[in-house]
Amino acid sequence: MAEIRNYTINFGPQHPSAHGVLRLVLELDGEVVERADPHIGLLHRGTEKLAETRTWVQSVPYMDRLDYVSMMCNEHAYCMAIERLLGVQVPERAQYIRVMFDEITRILNHLLNIGTHALDIGAMTMVLYTFREREDLMDAYEAVSGARMHAAYYRPGGVYRDLPERMPQYEVNRFKNEKTVRELNEARQGSLLDFLEDFTERFPRYCDEYETLLTDNRIWKQRTVGIGVVTPEQALAWGFSGPMLRGSGIAWDLRKKQPYEVYDKVDFDIPVGKNGDCYDRYLCRMEEMRQSNRIIRQCIDWLRSNPGPVITDNHKVAPPPREKMKANMEELIHHFKLFTEGMHVPAGEVYAAVEHPKGEFGVYAVSDGANKPYRLKLRAPGFAHLAAMDELARGHMIADVVAIIGTMDVVFGEIDR
Amino acid sequence: MSAKLERLGETLRTALGDMLRSVVTDRGEVSIEVLAADYLQAAQILRDHADLQFEQLIDVSGLDYSTYGNAPREGGRFAVATHLLSIKYNWRLRLRAFAEDDAFPVLDSLVGVWPSANWFEREAFDLYGIMFSGHPDLRRILTDYGFVGHPFRKDFPVSGHVEMRYDPEAGRVVYQPVTIAPRENTPRIVREEHYGDVGHG
Repeated sequence: MAEIRNYTINFGPQHPSAHGVLRLVLELDGEVVERADPHIGLLHRGTEKLAETRTWVQSVPYMDRLDYVSMMCNEHAYCMAIERLLGVQVPERAQYIRVMFDEITRILNHLLNIGTHALDIGAMTMVLYTFREREDLMDAYEAVSGARMHAAYYRPGGVYRDLPERMPQYEVNRFKNEKTVRELNEARQGSLLDFLEDFTERFPRYCDEYETLLTDNRIWKQRTVGIGVVTPEQALAWGFSGPMLRGSGIAWDLRKKQPYEVYDKVDFDIPVGKNGDCYDRYLCRMEEMRQSNRIIRQCIDWLRSNPGPVITDNHKVAPPPREKMKANMEELIHHFKLFTEGMHVPAGEVYAAVEHPKGEFGVYAVSDGANKPYRLKLRAPGFAHLAAMDELARGHMIADVVAIIGTMDVVFGEIDR
Repeated sequence: MSAKLERLGETLRTALGDMLRSVVTDRGEVSIEVLAADYLQAAQILRDHADLQFEQLIDVSGLDYSTYGNAPREGGRFAVATHLLSIKYNWRLRLRAFAEDDAFPVLDSLVGVWPSANWFEREAFDLYGIMFSGHPDLRRILTDYGFVGHPFRKDFPVSGHVEMRYDPEAGRVVYQPVTIAPRENTPRIVREEHYGDVGHG
């Protein structure tokens, strides 16, 4: 009689379906997972410790690099924490800009997630479609901040600058001929808001395209329906948030329940799943993108008709405008103090959470009154999700592990920090 | 909002009674502190009490208070701040407990109350060296295999103690003491209150 024993295999850290540097030690009984032990920390950069050695503003770009597919939402939580500690009011126009870019970020994130999730479990085409729209949205990022991904656009007290009046244009080069460039530039003739409005017009049609590719796709359903089922009780006990919680039927969204910025003034719905499996979470994300599109549309209309300041005029927090700084002594001193010593944040502690595309992203900031944070703890949604990997994957086939990783939407920038 | 927070404060006082060391409502958030001995029991009550129902543990954060305010400090060095969320009542709470022994900080593990505490406590152990008694699997989580020390403690330098390089002679990766000197571009300063305000000197 042959001896039967379990296999232990290493999944990752260099596996294309691991969505980064996840090392998963899987104990297998044949093809069935007995135990999954995720080893994380391969991308640990000590962001929280680094932030303790930088002034408050200097850490804003680090936040982009946490969850590097939803950059501005991370900045948002961090800036909100500082603003609450300081008690600074953000101008309303900046709040609308933030909400608009949060929703752009949500679409960016979900497009990447749905595209790569489909790629992982066998639908090659999807990623080509979703990346086409990501390109447009990253152009919006670039127009507003100069960077396609790591924007550092949100600042304590508002946003760095107002929305640009014209979009950057494509130029003819070795890879793009005149005809292509003309087509690409067609939507880029007006301001950023014109460009985004055009996008919101087009986007529902793109969503329909994704749905025809996946929603009724037999293979997609075979791979996702009934896989990685999370009951509502489990979702609460494991600290899930975002689509992972809503997919299990719990209607919880910080944008509705604990509204921040101007989310209580815009109109949108929260999709909720029923079965708590990968397929329901996919449907939730799909609907969230359509809802984000609605929010962006409302923000555009508001921003068109309401010009105003986009950053607080408290120069102990935000730098004065360049022209004033060149002309006035006091503004010059403010500028100098702000960029050498940095702002002093009153002693205290806050926990600021935003509804990040992946779930609840929180920043727990402790200040002792210095120009640097005393302690900064970043609560990453993916960390809690991945912690439940063992229980979610147990009893599933090895190929379903990939589907579960995909549905958790793990990004190691935020999990390893 | 503040009426709701007051109601939460009142409920906490009746539910936890003598266990409460302090209740602070600051900037729209409620923080409570309990003794390390009461930490687990308080957590259990916070989850199960019908008027509190904190179903979700959102975050566990280790804290090292040794250089707080750039001044010597009374009280314990290591603490754990736990963030709780009640979906039913839609309120949040910060629960803090200081470990008694600074040289060997130990707190009870909350894994039995909220399973999500598992990785968060592993992280606090890894980064701060806080032990959680009753934790089923207290391994390092973020740092490298075989890492020595607890990097987020205030006495651990940002540059670390060792660096890694490939040694062509040995044909493998070796560890050696760090060669970069730590530097500080912007000094850390705590100013007196109202510093720079007009009319306050």
